[in-house]
Amino acid sequence: MKGEKKELIRTEHLKKYFPTPRGLLYAVDDINFSILEGDTLGVVGESGCGKSTLGRAILRLHEPTDGTVFFDGEDILKLNRRQMKDKRKDMQIIFQDPYESLNPRLTVSQAIQAPLIIQGMYKASDRAGLEKKTLEMMDLVGLARRLVNTYPHELDGGRRQRIGIARALALNPRFIVCDEPVSALDVSIQAQVLNLMQDLQEHLGLTYMFITHDLSVVKHLSTNIMVMYLGQMVEMGTPAQIFKHPCHPYTKALLSAIPIPDPDQRMDRIQLKGELTSPINVGPGCRFAKRCVYATPECSQTGCALREVEPGHVVACHMVGEAVD
Amino acid sequence: MAFLEIKDLQVDYATDEGVVHALNHVDLELHQGETLGLVGETGASKTTMAKCIMRLLPQRTGRIHSGKIIYQDQDLLQASDQEMRKIRGAHIAMIFQDPMTSLNPVLTVGEQIAEAVENHRHCSKAEAMRRAEEMLELVGIPAQRVGEYPHQFSGGMKQRVVIAIALACDPKLLIADEPTTALDVTIQAQVLEMMQALKEKLNTSMLLITHDLGVVAQNCDHVAVIYAGEIVEYGTVRDVFKRMSHPYTRGLFTSIPQVNADVKRLIPIPGMMPDPTQLPAGCKFCTRCQFADDRCRREHPGLYPVEGIHTARCFRLEKGGSLT
Amino acid sequence: MSEKKTSAAMCEKPVDAIVTGVQSRGLWADAWRRFRKDRLATVGLVVILFLVAVAIATLIIDWATHNAIYDQYVIKQNLSMKLAGPSLEHIFGCDEYGRDILFRLIWGTRYSLFIGIVSILFALICGGVLGAVAGFYSGWIDNLIMRVMDIFLSIPSMVMAIAIVSALGTGTFNLLLSISVPQIPRLARIVRASVMSVKDREFVEAARAVGAGDALIIFKYVIPNCLAPIIVQASLNVGTAILNIAGLSFLGIGVEAPAPEWGSILNAARTYMRDAWHISIIPGLVIMLTVLSLNLVGDGLRDALDPKLKN
Repeated sequence: MKGEKKELIRTEHLKKYFPTPRGLLYAVDDINFSILEGDTLGVVGESGCGKSTLGRAILRLHEPTDGTVFFDGEDILKLNRRQMKDKRKDMQIIFQDPYESLNPRLTVSQAIQAPLIIQGMYKASDRAGLEKKTLEMMDLVGLARRLVNTYPHELDGGRRQRIGIARALALNPRFIVCDEPVSALDVSIQAQVLNLMQDLQEHLGLTYMFITHDLSVVKHLSTNIMVMYLGQMVEMGTPAQIFKHPCHPYTKALLSAIPIPDPDQRMDRIQLKGELTSPINVGPGCRFAKRCVYATPECSQTGCALREVEPGHVVACHMVGEAVD
Repeated sequence: MAFLEIKDLQVDYATDEGVVHALNHVDLELHQGETLGLVGETGASKTTMAKCIMRLLPQRTGRIHSGKIIYQDQDLLQASDQEMRKIRGAHIAMIFQDPMTSLNPVLTVGEQIAEAVENHRHCSKAEAMRRAEEMLELVGIPAQRVGEYPHQFSGGMKQRVVIAIALACDPKLLIADEPTTALDVTIQAQVLEMMQALKEKLNTSMLLITHDLGVVAQNCDHVAVIYAGEIVEYGTVRDVFKRMSHPYTRGLFTSIPQVNADVKRLIPIPGMMPDPTQLPAGCKFCTRCQFADDRCRREHPGLYPVEGIHTARCFRLEKGGSLT
Repeated sequence: MSEKKTSAAMCEKPVDAIVTGVQSRGLWADAWRRFRKDRLATVGLVVILFLVAVAIATLIIDWATHNAIYDQYVIKQNLSMKLAGPSLEHIFGCDEYGRDILFRLIWGTRYSLFIGIVSILFALICGGVLGAVAGFYSGWIDNLIMRVMDIFLSIPSMVMAIAIVSALGTGTFNLLLSISVPQIPRLARIVRASVMSVKDREFVEAARAVGAGDALIIFKYVIPNCLAPIIVQASLNVGTAILNIAGLSFLGIGVEAPAPEWGSILNAARTYMRDAWHISIIPGLVIMLTVLSLNLVGDGLRDALDPKLKN
């Protein structure tokens, strides 16, 4: 079954560094992964680990410093401006903050129509066509038609996020980067939006890259999970692999920190030393070494390559053998 | 005898759009040394409750209609401004959600803790500063950092400083308004663990306001679920989590994906919170409740006992017993 | 497809039952509603609109009567009425050449208001373009533009205005230029700051993600969202401009006599302050009232456009 799926996204040695007054910021550092068509890759990590930058680098919203991004076999970093604009129809993004990601001066219909006109799929004068498409999109994401002329500030977070989704879907994309799409929403609304996204994926065959800090959300949605720490991938595998046999000490710590909504299941937390260290001018060794309870002097000297511990489950840690138990 | 007792509290906000009924006849008790979790979504008036206890409601728009907040035999709502200033900080302290904005950027963290001490204790500057160092150590920050400014601290560290300020005068009650929402999970776990340890050490009571059921389950003794300015369910954490009796509490629970369970599809609560200027006449939750009938839309349900102190505001419990 | 519909319907339907009939109001309409609630600002707006109407009316009258009324009542000297005090015939009295002050004030609105407004519009366009380019592209172009603006800012506006008029000579257009140029850097700074705060917001990134180009982003996404502070500043600056025009005329290098510019009336009246208070007090009050109204409107706009500030 899996073998039949086609690879849609692949990155090779993808890097994005930002120059800062204090030195280079290694936001995304040598990330390799691929996503099969129709799958969801969950990307988890704490704030500042570069997960949002990764999503934007794939879409060329931040021009990558180095590496390649293949979309359906085509190296999109080689595309020129016009070709890239055309490619944007296939790859879209849904943002975290539904209050920030919509232009406050545009009505719902204008927001949904903007991409269609920009991409030349409809002429601005084709009122009837645009209106039909708008209503179709609103039905698709579950926005009542009567809201067609409202402004974002008149709507609540859940509905705004639906507009954001409708805007992204208007161009019939195949791949969507979802950058914390539900983090800003209330619990009950969160579930509505997550369900909607699941339905849309099923019916439209969408491929998602789902960026979030919420491990329970990725577990719920993803076919694969990638754990990031300071710009690097530290572990990747299926939800079952990551949640049943987390190998990297950081993944373990992350998992043990989730508060479980059950008073009888006490958290057995793995202590982490200190807080997220700076991603600026990082040294050669393992970036997690300073906070790792298993760290040896060796760890802060040499970096650790990704190793496959079981089919489809890769970890970047010297200690993997021992750490598993 | 309860340590803090809120009786029949009713609060309105006058806004351009009309009168917002923020709190509607809320009764709540908090006992010495216990942690009470207050759970609800945006707009449920969790923060209004905290501000009422601190008497920090916006003066221009907020109005307390009725009710009492009794703390140590004194009604805080009747206390003079001067009395209130003495209570704030020394007896009741508050931690706000955003550690980034609740510290003054031009003062060192030491000065800010010392200031809180000086406000309530007649002591010298040097003594206050010593106390500041002590407090920093207590929240897990090396005392050498006492002379640093807030921008030199990371988010989690700032929240520790905020907690140090709040605890500097040994308050009897700590109100924490979403203290870890702005923090990463691993940091959240550190901060919550530290708060828990300090609470036990200092025998402080705590009102923990949050939207995260996990945080409540792991940190609280009692829990009150608030919806549209009303307590809809109250009980010990174990009772409430093991036997959720209000449809809203259940909805909250089925809405969140859980790490320790496999659910193919989440069951969200349909619709959204009613407009606070036009709350439904009957049960406030009737517009989103799958069990709602005519009576729910007409009559306002009281709190019915489930078992022991566990109560829920739903007609389905009227005859006693369980929901299912 | 049907399943998809049900999931969508499930989420929205109960809501429809609660909120009935959504009346849609844009942010501008919202701001206007808030503005109208502000009494002082509304009064200010009425005063300004009235003055604009008066100015337009005098222009129409001049055009229709081929300046007959202008020549007869505003310019023509009547030394028998020299420095006459207020009376029924001349409510505000007459000036040193016996001309009716009310007529002169009415015919003077065009200079103060039009030069004030047009000069700020001109400054807004120049400053707006410079500020928007600097803010949107940042980097060296930003540095270049803003350093030049800083140099301009370091010269007091009155000194620069005098220098411009002295270099180019007096005349309405030169006056306009001399009022306008010193305002350019001030407006450019504000436009730059608000463009910079808007250009990194997520909705701009969202527009980029669907393939929008720079021009579209600037005009449809950035500028509409940074208009609020610019409008406020511009309306406050019109007041400053009017004061500057009056100031230049007072110094004798503004609008040429015998044109009834308010500042020049005031200047002429200065000599007779002891004998005829009315000819200096009344034009002074009119200038004050106009500038005050503009400032009230500006303050009202600020509160209306940024309601967060007030609460």
